[in-house]
Amino acid sequence: MSNPVHDWIDSVVKSNDVVLFMKGTKEQPMCGFSGRVAQILQYLDVPFTDVNVLASDELRQGIKEYTNWPTIPQLYVKGEFIGGCDIVTEMFQNGELVKLLSDKGIPHRAPTA
Amino acid sequence: MAMDAAEIERLIKEALPDAKVEIRDLAGDGDHYAATVISEAFRGKTRVQQHQMVYAALKGKMGGELHALALQTGVPEDTP
Repeated sequence: MSNPVHDWIDSVVKSNDVVLFMKGTKEQPMCGFSGRVAQILQYLDVPFTDVNVLASDELRQGIKEYTNWPTIPQLYVKGEFIGGCDIVTEMFQNGELVKLLSDKGIPHRAPTA
Repeated sequence: MAMDAAEIERLIKEALPDAKVEIRDLAGDGDHYAATVISEAFRGKTRVQQHQMVYAALKGKMGGELHALALQTGVPEDTP
């Protein structure tokens, strides 16, 4: 019996290039870690779909099971789970994030050197 | 409910016996830690997989009792 929440998550991450499951929204993040990842994406001018996991407990729990990842936020690029706040921050700081976005053909602003 | 650094270190070492673990308490509230974990078991694994191994070692406490754990993972430097 497939899990409707997992199916919904699956459809969202597969039909949107960049998806950030976060607490709150990109305009109003409700948690520092979610806010930081949203800021990184906004700084790089990356268009992304934000999904507020606080909107439903099933979603908040389902997303953790979907990726076997216990925390929020969670970033997906082209359907692939990239990581949470510390991984995305580390990738941003060492240039891996920009490279990943370029490799996946995601429009973004080149960070000033 | 919070956790103390020694408990986190013990759990990680139980699952990754060779691990070198360094834990810093970020907020002094037992809820926000940063941890660096170096283990041979991470070799060949992606960063996400490495972090998942550490979360598995924490047996479900991550995201519950433990609100935030900023993780840095890696393999032992190949000494020449």
